[in-house]
Amino acid sequence: MATLIDRRVDGKNKSTVNRQRFIRRFKNQIKKAVTEAMNGRSITDIDNGEKINIPARDLSEPVFGHGPGGRREAIHPGNKEFIKGDRVARPQSGGGSGAGGGQASNAGEGEDDFVFELSREEFLELFFEDLELPHLVRTQLAKMTEFKLVRAGFTSAGNPSNLDVVRSMRGALARRIAMAAPYTRRLREAEAELQQVLAETPVDEPRAQALIEEIDRLRARVQAVPFIDTFDLRYVNRAKQPQPSTQAVMFCIMDVSGSMDRARKDLAKRFFTLLYLFLKRNYEKIEVVFIRHHTVAKEVDEQEFFYSRETGGTVVSSALTLMGEIMTARYPLSAWNIYAAQASDGDNWHHDSPACKEILLKQIMPFVRYFSYIEITPDRHQSLWEAYEEVRESHPNFAMRQIDGPTDIYPVFRELFKRRVS
Amino acid sequence: MTASRLISDSSEWTFPMLERYNEVIGQIAADEFKLDTYPNQIEIITAEQMMDAYSSVGMPLGYKHWSYGKQFVLTEKNYRRGQMGLAYEIVINSDPCIAYLMEENTAMMQALVIAHAAYGHNSFFKGNYLFRTWTSADAIIDYLLFARNYVAECEEHYGEETVELFLDSCHALMNYGVDRYKHPAPLSLSEEKQRQREREAYLQLQLNDLWRTVPVKPAERVLLEARFPPEPQENLLYFIEKNAPLLEPWQREIVRIVRKIGQYFYPQRQTQVMNEGWATFWHYTLMNTLYDQGYVNDGFMIEFLQSHTSVIQQLPFDHPYYQGINPYTLGFAMMSDIKRICQQPTDEDRYWFPDMAGQDWLKQLDFAMRNFKDESFIAQYLSPKVMRDLKLFAVLDDDTQDELEITAIHDDTGYRRLRLALSDQYNLGSREPNIQVWNVAHRKDRSLTLRHTPYNRRPLHDNYQEVLKHLHRLWGFAVRLETVDEHGKVELVGECPSARGS
Repeated sequence: MATLIDRRVDGKNKSTVNRQRFIRRFKNQIKKAVTEAMNGRSITDIDNGEKINIPARDLSEPVFGHGPGGRREAIHPGNKEFIKGDRVARPQSGGGSGAGGGQASNAGEGEDDFVFELSREEFLELFFEDLELPHLVRTQLAKMTEFKLVRAGFTSAGNPSNLDVVRSMRGALARRIAMAAPYTRRLREAEAELQQVLAETPVDEPRAQALIEEIDRLRARVQAVPFIDTFDLRYVNRAKQPQPSTQAVMFCIMDVSGSMDRARKDLAKRFFTLLYLFLKRNYEKIEVVFIRHHTVAKEVDEQEFFYSRETGGTVVSSALTLMGEIMTARYPLSAWNIYAAQASDGDNWHHDSPACKEILLKQIMPFVRYFSYIEITPDRHQSLWEAYEEVRESHPNFAMRQIDGPTDIYPVFRELFKRRVS
Repeated sequence: MTASRLISDSSEWTFPMLERYNEVIGQIAADEFKLDTYPNQIEIITAEQMMDAYSSVGMPLGYKHWSYGKQFVLTEKNYRRGQMGLAYEIVINSDPCIAYLMEENTAMMQALVIAHAAYGHNSFFKGNYLFRTWTSADAIIDYLLFARNYVAECEEHYGEETVELFLDSCHALMNYGVDRYKHPAPLSLSEEKQRQREREAYLQLQLNDLWRTVPVKPAERVLLEARFPPEPQENLLYFIEKNAPLLEPWQREIVRIVRKIGQYFYPQRQTQVMNEGWATFWHYTLMNTLYDQGYVNDGFMIEFLQSHTSVIQQLPFDHPYYQGINPYTLGFAMMSDIKRICQQPTDEDRYWFPDMAGQDWLKQLDFAMRNFKDESFIAQYLSPKVMRDLKLFAVLDDDTQDELEITAIHDDTGYRRLRLALSDQYNLGSREPNIQVWNVAHRKDRSLTLRHTPYNRRPLHDNYQEVLKHLHRLWGFAVRLETVDEHGKVELVGECPSARGS
């Protein structure tokens, strides 16, 4: 009469398609929210999902309905002191809380923002979007930890290439013995009895005949036990294990002189974030060192790095020197992979540029895995760029680029990425 | 005897246990209470699947659309934050009647839900006249499958975005896509497919009246200038499906799909109080019977009563979380009261319900369930006792007055007015603006004119411009909306595309 069905095993995520469509449809709003979220977020914290706010009116589905006004009589429960004819002031919200029932619930969510959570993948997808990353890179970055397959015992199911022959045969032998056991026991008895019967005189012919037949039959039974059976097969099992981690340190160097305005800092932040993500994929543990500089350099925390402003001239070498010192003091090469990212608007005290080159060539480039430099300026290059160009010629792991918008960021990493995959 | 009958004493449920509950409850429901139900198909699902089901408005399979995704995201968020418990069940008006039970429920909850959904709602779906008239339980799953495949096919042919935008427009008018007075014949999947192909072919061959340009003699002309449509039409989607000049066959079919699904939900929107009241009444009665007959123990009953009371809790109007009248409370109170009036009528009941007092309560309840919708059910059965128990009172909010007026409370002079006002509150006709197709300027710019006749001077919600845009997309030519006030004065309130230029 009634059927009871267990649907729990059926596919989940029936709504995934609808959810994706929803996100696609509100991409612009969501992207704005993602950008805003980015600004409020630490670059090491990029790797999580995100709560997104969208003004509810943007995604309401309009239907004809009644607005406030007109004449309506609403029924409410829980009367305490009213009697007929009482008059009460109209409550603030107006309209005496709607027409009860179904309609009120429609209007209920009206004013609030629509808040929901993007998954990590969705967030990164949107975050990367205007960076114009190739898809391969995107997926690689979004991928979680890398796994290594390690041996983990044996299983009874697997693919033929993982077949463990010795174990399978051992299992087969055991099974053959076990399955044939009742027959071999009887066989042995029968053979012994036959010996006896034959030894006696006169020989009990019918009995001997019967025994011989039985022996033949039992031998056949023993023979019939299959030599090997799918049941015996054992496969080498391999389990996924996160790859052993290594550690990296990432230096973020930024010019904070007055000419670096908010928009430029945001660009720089994206740039640093992207590098962070690249590293995150390859190293389990990452430390980030923030160095800001104008005429003097200082190691600061992230908050100060991005959000406080100072003015003054610009001496880039101060930051490089500081970086060199921190490297030798805290990050021995044997234990750390060192990466550096520098963002600047290209201004430098021009006598300082040769010094920068010197420091880079001698104290930094030999020890770092990668050094990337972006110059956020629409203007002509200044001396720093020229000095850095010389560095680039001698070191393949030095990347530099002048950028004007977020789309320009990725190419800086192209080289780095290529090296990683090959 | 008691000990041997006990079905379970743990809060974990198992499949055999559920089967046993279902069997016992089904037996009691059929034998003692004569509930007539569709066969049941009870499905156990996870919380996530419940959210899926939720977001597709309870349809077991629906076509794909972003709005369901939005619903899902919303549901998921609320659930994750613990702001909302999921419903314990969802039940689908189909034959067999599908009830979803969530795996997280305790054994007691599962039994409760089986009683509530698989016997309460189920018998309501099968018995109530609105459902009998407007839905065909045996065909709905097939139809939904047809709809999903058809929409998917259209997406392949014409692009997801085109189809999605078109669906948006249809959804905006979904509530205006129901027939209120005609009865469509139930169709099976294969018939539906066949008919769809025929319709498409036929439409291709037809000459649309709006395009008719064959010249006629001036003498005849006066007659032909007659209005189109000859009478105002309230089913906007139907009108569009049949008359919109520019729609392609597939678009017409999609309009039809949305219309059909709107029609399917039409009874549900009108019987919320009755449906929930009926189901709640029966789970309460069935659970108590189980207890009386020794199938469940004291612990079970205490857990049951706890969750039952929270379902029918009615917050007073001045409570910060007050959200209007709880349909479960109202429905349960009224259903129980019908039983009470039959069994233990007071003088008041004899005066108010002379036909019912002292009769067989099962028959009376069954009659009430079969022949009413919320509006008429309340108008007919809301008794003074229920009004007193819930302490109902009526507040008149008139925008020409500075203050609100209490027009009736739960006393002798107020009962009738209260009852009428509450009934009106559940009247779909007064809840939704009355908007009808008034005219098509078929000899001029082919514009479509709608007329809104306000009810109690209630204005339209200001998003009507948005809806007009959707309507314009469907109609293809200009769309106007007029309002007729109580003196018959007509005023143009909206137009899309807005007058000249854009």
